[in-house]
Amino acid sequence: MNFIPKLDRRSFVVGTAAAGGGLALGLTLPFGNALAQTASPEVNAWVVIKPDETVVIRIARSEMGQGTLTGLAQLVAEELECDWSKVTTEYPTPGQSVARKRAWGDFSTGGSRGIRESHEYVRKGGAAARMMLVQAAADQWKVPASECTVSKGVISHGASSRSTTYGKVADAAAKVTPPTDIKLKDPKDWTIAGKPLKRLDTVEKTNGQMIYGIDVKLPNMLIAAIKDCPVFGGKLKSYDEAKVAGMKGVKKVLRVNDSTVAVVADTYWHAKTALDALPIVWDDGENVKVSSETIAAWLKEGLADDQPAFVGNQNGDIKDAIAKASRTVEAVYAYPYQNHAPMEPMNATALFTGDRCEVWTGTQNGEAAFAGVLAESGLTPDKCDVHKVMLGGGFGRRGMTDYVRQAVAIAKQMPGTPIKMMWSREEDMLHGKFHPVTQCRMVGSFDDKNNLTGFRMRLSGQSILASVLPARMENGKDPVAFQGLNPRGEAAFGYSVPNLLIDHSMRNPPVPPGFWRGVNVNHNAIYVECFMDELAKSAGMDALEFRRKLMADKPKHLGVLNAVAEKIGWSTPAPQGVYRGLCHHMGFGSYVAGAVEISVLDDGKKIKIHRIVAATDPGYAVNPAQIERQVAGSFVYGLSALFFGECTVKGGRMEQENFDTYDSMRIAQMPKVEAILMPTGHTPWGGVGEPTICVAAPAVLNAYFNATGKRIRTFPLKNHGIGFA
Amino acid sequence: MIRLNINGKDYEVDVENDTPLLWAIRENAGLTGTKYGCGIAQCGACTVHVDGEAVRSCGMQASDAVGKKITTVEGLAVNGTMHRVQKAWIEHDVPQCGYCQSGMIMAVAALLKDKPKPTDQEIDEAITNICRCGTFQQVRAAIHTAAGSNA
Repeated sequence: MNFIPKLDRRSFVVGTAAAGGGLALGLTLPFGNALAQTASPEVNAWVVIKPDETVVIRIARSEMGQGTLTGLAQLVAEELECDWSKVTTEYPTPGQSVARKRAWGDFSTGGSRGIRESHEYVRKGGAAARMMLVQAAADQWKVPASECTVSKGVISHGASSRSTTYGKVADAAAKVTPPTDIKLKDPKDWTIAGKPLKRLDTVEKTNGQMIYGIDVKLPNMLIAAIKDCPVFGGKLKSYDEAKVAGMKGVKKVLRVNDSTVAVVADTYWHAKTALDALPIVWDDGENVKVSSETIAAWLKEGLADDQPAFVGNQNGDIKDAIAKASRTVEAVYAYPYQNHAPMEPMNATALFTGDRCEVWTGTQNGEAAFAGVLAESGLTPDKCDVHKVMLGGGFGRRGMTDYVRQAVAIAKQMPGTPIKMMWSREEDMLHGKFHPVTQCRMVGSFDDKNNLTGFRMRLSGQSILASVLPARMENGKDPVAFQGLNPRGEAAFGYSVPNLLIDHSMRNPPVPPGFWRGVNVNHNAIYVECFMDELAKSAGMDALEFRRKLMADKPKHLGVLNAVAEKIGWSTPAPQGVYRGLCHHMGFGSYVAGAVEISVLDDGKKIKIHRIVAATDPGYAVNPAQIERQVAGSFVYGLSALFFGECTVKGGRMEQENFDTYDSMRIAQMPKVEAILMPTGHTPWGGVGEPTICVAAPAVLNAYFNATGKRIRTFPLKNHGIGFA
Repeated sequence: MIRLNINGKDYEVDVENDTPLLWAIRENAGLTGTKYGCGIAQCGACTVHVDGEAVRSCGMQASDAVGKKITTVEGLAVNGTMHRVQKAWIEHDVPQCGYCQSGMIMAVAALLKDKPKPTDQEIDEAITNICRCGTFQQVRAAIHTAAGSNA
């Protein structure tokens, strides 16, 4: 996905996802505002060097566990040629960025884009700072900069045996004219980037010192607990404030917006206790008639060929291929709603003083949060700011700004008092931005020589963009719905079939969808890769050989598939009672494949996963150790979704409210993941936070079929009575 | 007003009888290393030690902890020396987002006190904390390192 907005010199547009619809704000930049003065000289926007040689690297993207903070710092440090042991990081604020003509570019951290879409300009930022520092030293020595060398923050002039340090020339460097001709290193020469360095944020995450949004403390701060109408689209009719006004710690009960009420108290426990006791009357509205069953029936209608659909990928003549087929294979699959369920429920702290509004929150998109603050506060950009803190998980949920706006709406009614608004887990489960619901019908056609002549795939279901970023729709079509199914690009289909049609009958139920780590490749990979095994079975062919025949002109897809097949030992028999499955896909610019070994117990009701092999080709690898962790973690997210992940709708609202009914994998269920990192140097670079998730489920499902002969086509597995052994 | 002993220090806290220990620790004592994840003792993010036992503090009333020794992640280091679990966590670069790790570390520290060299099966039985980032592979390796048993 490429969500980078169009820029011009005088304004920028930030896509900010408001609840229930998209919102784009055109901001006219108040140029000329000074960045808050720091005690140490800034060499340029990306690099500050302190007199004690500490190197502060500014990071615009958000760290939420995926390691982008460390990876981006590595890229800057690589070009800066500084001493890595002296590196620390800081977040510029969106307000500062706006005031400086958007000096730090895009803040958005989703779509696995943190590194892959900013690596070039952050490296140039590091390189420019290095050139300025060297120039400053050369100027002091009155020698050409070209005669100076630099290593680990020490600048030397060999001919005169002089040397100095970054810290000593940083002041002077800040006054050097920034270079315009910047040459970046060949990645082959990297010594900091590309290496499996330790994360920069680990110590504080082991001693309780890391500050997440929920930990923010401000003087005289009060806490708000909220309830939004559980029924999607419902309204807040009334509430009986008198019933709770006298409860301990309660300061105020207030209407946040059309559908939400808040209790503000001295502590969260007091606020929550009073909120639970508050009599609330909701106006549920029309959606009370909506259920998982009504949604499924509506989506099922969309599977019919005669229903209107947007075409995402097409070649040849699929109608003709099916009409002339010697035989066809058909199957229907479905994928449920799922909640992101980050460990830290949504929260934000806001201080509104009448002429200023500031917010402290964990957000995947500082600029979108900033735009949300402007919209909700009614103030101008120079009077607002957002201070980013660590995210207790994001997975796409924290790219949305609904919770930020709620906090501002509350703070606005209590000027001068900082308000920390905290959602309960129940609120978080009821008001997610859910992984969209889809169904899929596929038909494969074979000729009388057992060749696959046609592949027809009809998706029916929900568009994320239609709700979240409608400006990115293309004449009504949601291009992101075809992730992993496109003819080309960063999420390209991995097969060539002579006659192909993939289309999408868009049906948007009144449940708010969102980008859920992996987004649309998660279900698209299940559909395609399970059905490929079904086709291979029909053809009487090995699943790998069947795929290879269709991948002759997809060398990178084939590269990762071959890698997992080799490592799992596909060409040799599996151990007694052990069954294998494999799959591959492409998303977020990366090629990924997975292969597993499982056994089944209790008549197929229990699955034991013995091994997982996963290959990733992201083009370039900035930190191989962190990529391995993302790959391993992807299987926890992907297999939790496969085994447990379902949010069901009844009476227009979600039924699951906590982890007792929305389970997640534990360590006992975690198989060993063997990651194969095989960057082949493609540009544009691929991401790593999301792509691998999509191969978790199909690999296991294909192995499960091989073990049991049962093809599972609806999810999660718990609905079939199947669980982890 | 009750008195809680947390990390060797007494706190006079003004809470109700039904206030969970979690919120007394976070809001009254101001120690925010202990995290709220679910409030129903499912996820383990709020795990602390009460008299040396791992307890999910959202499911225990603060008043029931009176007279007991409560240890949170902030109190796991002794005289500025990190606990061996914390050291192993750093060696293995375990945390991703890190939000669940306070509870994970406290659960593991309690396990190692009980079983100094746990087997994989003992780890599976004792450590039931949820981690949505999926750090389990590193968690297991770090437990073995902390136990000095690279099994």
